[in-house]
Amino acid sequence: MNSEFFITPFNLGLYFILIYSVVRSTVWFRNLSRSDKLRLQRGFFGRPFMDSLREIFMESLLHRKIFRKNPVLGYMHMSLAFGWFLLIVFGTIEADFFGEKHLNPPSHAIFFRWFNPEHGAEGFARIYNVWMDLLLAFILSGLLLAVIKRFIPGMVGMKKRTRHTWTDRVALISLWLIFPSRLFAESFTCGAHGSGSFLTGNLGAALASFLPAAEIAPWFWWLYSLSLGIFFLLLPVSRYFHIPIELFLIFMRNSGINTGDRSSSYTEVQTHACSSCGVCISVCQMSYAAGINDIQSVYFIKGLRNDRDIAAITANCLMCGRCEEVCPVGIELGPMRLIERRQGEREDGTLRLAGKYSLMRKRSSIEKIPTQSYGYLVREEPQKADVLFFAGCMTHLTPSVIVAMKKIMESAGVKYRFMDEKGGVCCGRPLMLAGRDREARELINHNSDIIWKSGAQILVTSCPICYKVFRESYYLDATVMHHSEFINLLIEEGSLRLGYLHKKVVYHDPCELGRGSGIYDEPRAVISYVAELQQASQERNMSLCCGGSLGNLTLSSDKRALIAADAARTLTMSCPDELITACPLCKKTFVQSTKTKVSDIAELVAAALPRPAVKAVKKRATRAAVKATGNS
Amino acid sequence: MSLNQANKFGFVINPSRLIDYDSSDRKVRDYVTLREPSFKLCFACGGCTAACTAGQHTSFNLRRMITYIRRGEIEPLRDEVTRCMLCGKCLLVCPRGVNTRNVVAVTAEAISKLDRNEL
Repeated sequence: MNSEFFITPFNLGLYFILIYSVVRSTVWFRNLSRSDKLRLQRGFFGRPFMDSLREIFMESLLHRKIFRKNPVLGYMHMSLAFGWFLLIVFGTIEADFFGEKHLNPPSHAIFFRWFNPEHGAEGFARIYNVWMDLLLAFILSGLLLAVIKRFIPGMVGMKKRTRHTWTDRVALISLWLIFPSRLFAESFTCGAHGSGSFLTGNLGAALASFLPAAEIAPWFWWLYSLSLGIFFLLLPVSRYFHIPIELFLIFMRNSGINTGDRSSSYTEVQTHACSSCGVCISVCQMSYAAGINDIQSVYFIKGLRNDRDIAAITANCLMCGRCEEVCPVGIELGPMRLIERRQGEREDGTLRLAGKYSLMRKRSSIEKIPTQSYGYLVREEPQKADVLFFAGCMTHLTPSVIVAMKKIMESAGVKYRFMDEKGGVCCGRPLMLAGRDREARELINHNSDIIWKSGAQILVTSCPICYKVFRESYYLDATVMHHSEFINLLIEEGSLRLGYLHKKVVYHDPCELGRGSGIYDEPRAVISYVAELQQASQERNMSLCCGGSLGNLTLSSDKRALIAADAARTLTMSCPDELITACPLCKKTFVQSTKTKVSDIAELVAAALPRPAVKAVKKRATRAAVKATGNS
Repeated sequence: MSLNQANKFGFVINPSRLIDYDSSDRKVRDYVTLREPSFKLCFACGGCTAACTAGQHTSFNLRRMITYIRRGEIEPLRDEVTRCMLCGKCLLVCPRGVNTRNVVAVTAEAISKLDRNEL
């Protein structure tokens, strides 16, 4: 049976995926904005291209990030990706070197053994064969792990895994079949011709001893070709599309393109670059603390990809950003969710198979109809001040923070003006988180006006939610500082004299301050200055959300309480005297769910202030008076 | 005296407090209850209104708004709902755990749907 028809499925699949990828990426490129196009063009002839090649090698082939996180999973990915890559490279070299002629079609390299069954009997070719067998064994070891992972996720350290669509499943089966069928195809051919190395040769000899190897071999070559062909054909509609797309993503990111605030080709590339690995599920507090398992980023992205109505999924997220920190592909999940929240209502257009192949997605942007308006706000004429203190809405619910801040600033001799002493206007961030940017702009303009007119150099805020929006969405001349930064500045300047409290405290990084704005060190410096800071098991970029987040519009209060209780338990594991946070919202939330005293960083510092001398004198005087009356 | 006559009598000092059940429109109430079930928990304590950021600048009153929704009075609701800043202070003070922020968002959604005849 010498027919070579079996290579047809492979060729079909390969040429389809090549052409499809080229066409699709051209469409994406054309839909990019002008500036992003320029960035890409500049990146192509500059450093970003070399950086991307390095990153592609380290991440897409070696999977360094996954390795660091979980060595077993890292090995699985590396053996499949890097092993397959090497098999293709060395297979091509083999076919070019030992084949009849140079520059063969790809099928000659892939099915080399079929075309050269006697190859590799002696000399260099023999050693080369050992190498090729080694590579195959390397991939098969990874595949074994993949199969184990699928059926017993716990054995490879996976807590959760994602639910797959049927195209994913078919693609998965064909991917699994590729390498075993290659092994058996090569083995049977080798067995029939007495060639092959330690793996294919020995297995082939063993199988040929009791089976008609020459007759069976073609069936496995057919299977090999079919599984490759089906895998390539289903690639664009399955989760494995991330394999080619991740390369684009890395290059685009290195060229300086970011998600921005509207959907674009880049968001679409990110949508397809998601490998549905499910790492985001394991870290999601909504999942492990509140038992909500259908809103995680992987399902959000899947919904985007298949054009489903995902309004409920999009809204039901704390926007804490933990998933973004662990995403091995580096998808900007937070900004993508915000873009989706800004969208108006749309119909559920669940895509059929043909639709999934379509080059142009119809996920148009429908603007939300504005529902709020703040025409009633009166522009006020503010007094001039160098330092402007904006407490924020939430801080007004924790008056002790305001009192503490006042004490600290007075003690340091700061001349400040309290911008929202009589209750100010919201900073606009809650509206933005609810996808109402246009309305938020009204509030931003109102507040900006006051801040500009006050001529302030420094704007201090006590609320990380305000802090983030002041920094990112306001155009201000003043330096925006969170009060932990400001206190740190006062300590460094030497204008704040503080005592030392003999207390063990643990610090909770608020989402908007830590992951959201990258402020990790200043609060820690301040706390270490006045008390003993203990480490928490989940801190800095992996810190927990308190559960009170304004990022989630729909989460019910009992679920919030579950998340808060879980986070508080983790934070107070080391039995600290106080749980310190830097966000009034976190404080309010934690107070209800832990017995440990919860204070704001400002309150801690205020407690470390030396007692005013006047009071001490007064106390002494009263004590003397009491004594005197007692004596008489 | 029928309801009609009561409204037409032109010498009252206070605005009429009669609720006309014939003109009450429960679509918004049903929509809000469906989308945000915790709405039913409100016992009108007024904590939200006391804490309200927008309430310091204008006559926005979440407690009154919820009453309008329950009574099915759409007209006064239309203006009221636009004033909220969604800052979320009310959420923290609510003793019943009503997701007040979402109540406002859903009500605004319902009103805009009502205007488009989609409700």
